[in-house]
Amino acid sequence: MNLLNYLDKVEQKSTREGFGEAMSVLGKNNKNVVVVTADLGESMKVDDFEKLYINRFVQVGVAEQNMMGIAAGLALSGKIPFAVSYAVFNPGRNWDQLRVSVCYTNANVKIIGGHSGVVTGPDGATHQALEDIAITRVLPNMMVVVPCDFEQAKKATFMIAAHKGPVYLRLTRPRTACFTSPTAPFELGKAQVLRSGKDVTIFACGSLVYEAILAAEELKGETDVEVVNVHTIKPIDEETIIRSAQKTGKIITLEDHQINGGLGSAVAEVLGEKYPTKMIRMGMRDSFGESGEPNELLAKYGLNKEGVIKTIRKIIND
Amino acid sequence: MVDLMDKAREIRVEIIKMLAKAESGHTAGPLGIADFFVCLYFGGLINFRKENPYWEERDRVVLSCGHYAPVWYATLALAGFFPIEELKTLRKLGSRLQGHPVRQESYSEKDEKQLPGVENTGGPLGQGLSVGVGMALAAKIDKKKWKVVCVCSDAEQQEGQTWEAYQCAAKYGLGNLTFVVDRNEIQISGNLGEVMPIEPLKDKLTAFGLRVFEIDGNNTREIIEVFEKGKLYPDQPKAIIIKTIAGKGVSFMEGNFHWHGKVPTKVEAEMALQELK
Repeated sequence: MNLLNYLDKVEQKSTREGFGEAMSVLGKNNKNVVVVTADLGESMKVDDFEKLYINRFVQVGVAEQNMMGIAAGLALSGKIPFAVSYAVFNPGRNWDQLRVSVCYTNANVKIIGGHSGVVTGPDGATHQALEDIAITRVLPNMMVVVPCDFEQAKKATFMIAAHKGPVYLRLTRPRTACFTSPTAPFELGKAQVLRSGKDVTIFACGSLVYEAILAAEELKGETDVEVVNVHTIKPIDEETIIRSAQKTGKIITLEDHQINGGLGSAVAEVLGEKYPTKMIRMGMRDSFGESGEPNELLAKYGLNKEGVIKTIRKIIND
Repeated sequence: MVDLMDKAREIRVEIIKMLAKAESGHTAGPLGIADFFVCLYFGGLINFRKENPYWEERDRVVLSCGHYAPVWYATLALAGFFPIEELKTLRKLGSRLQGHPVRQESYSEKDEKQLPGVENTGGPLGQGLSVGVGMALAAKIDKKKWKVVCVCSDAEQQEGQTWEAYQCAAKYGLGNLTFVVDRNEIQISGNLGEVMPIEPLKDKLTAFGLRVFEIDGNNTREIIEVFEKGKLYPDQPKAIIIKTIAGKGVSFMEGNFHWHGKVPTKVEAEMALQELK
């Protein structure tokens, strides 16, 4: 199965665009799908949904707590609400509502958090969600999904609509490499080994999966790198993680998120209990981001291809 | 025809009994609002089927101030949703009567753990108002006839989310939604006016686009009448401020904020039950 497009000819598209495209199709195919947003419909790419299905589009204004509660009420009445805003507000600002009205209630709400990670860029740290994976994955009944590119965001949107129960979908702002093929399979909860290797494994999520692949390609002949796309952080795919750790014995995790509480922690929890393995977590090291262009920020915080290569060499030579 | 006053007295008796047995919980609010709950479930204000509690066409009652759970539980039990015996299990391990009400979607045919009749999970104040707005929106989208009654407390008006919910209900013209604000003047740490004043409440609610009514919440006739009046405004959400006496029916509890979050001892419960007889 051809999972990847040719790496040198990838298109640049954002995950939020993939989500928006999927929503327009979903709106047509499923009359129960409702969008609730807090003044960010256009930025979150649900403006087409609004035009097409205005009677199923709820605009609550800048009121994210209310948005989450409304979504719960809609879900309890048989709807499939998508609560759509930036991740710093949703699930950042409305976490209490998420915890009680949605997760404890096991309401069928899809929480869509955009502008995650430092790649959000010039808006600065206030708008760069770096804690959202951590605060969603601790909640019972919750599923947490981080698509790696435009195509995967599209697929994930369809899949979470079909899943019964609360789901958090993490999206990003900038156009990034669309490197998975439209026909590549995608299954919630099943991590994808995108590139097989025997020396070291990189478990990555989101747009940084691409940086991991580029790093692995560049080290061809020097180090044989396995790249696994852990697009579902919860429930985490223990089997695939343990199998890869058994094979390579060296683990790097890579995410545009705090190293505490996110993918790195989730992988460390699995391996700590079941197969302790030498490991380095890459991500934001207990700091906030700042304004800048996405590529500048990734370079500064060592999360681009070069940073990954450096870390691979470190874990191999240690 | 049910004697509403007598039924309210029965509910108050059950509230005292269950709280004394539980040895923790909230007493004053539930006692104060018993007359309103009796009107809802016994006075013909809402459509429901006790044998089919989640019947699709039912009216939804949302309890936003979840700490009022005892009055909801007692009313639902007396209305036949579940055995009155089960009230004894309030707050005990394994009970369906959790300290604060819980609604959980199970996505399977039958769920034994769900307390029948409970529509929302409530506790953190403000949340139920938004849930009620969401339900009313769903009914509006589907052009359904069922309506939503959302009960909240006066101290709950101090929460910001409450006002987010009101402005949205007004924007969407949710005539199928009625907020009920229990104005009993007490909250856990003192008298409301001293902790954080909310007046002029009626003016504020009106300014937010609601059709506001103010009544004596311990008068069943006024409660029934105000719902009739509300029907005159089919395209506007309603707010009914019900002035109640906290701890109503038990002289040593009435109007005293100390009874917000505490329960009677065995001896106090006996005294209360004597008065209620």
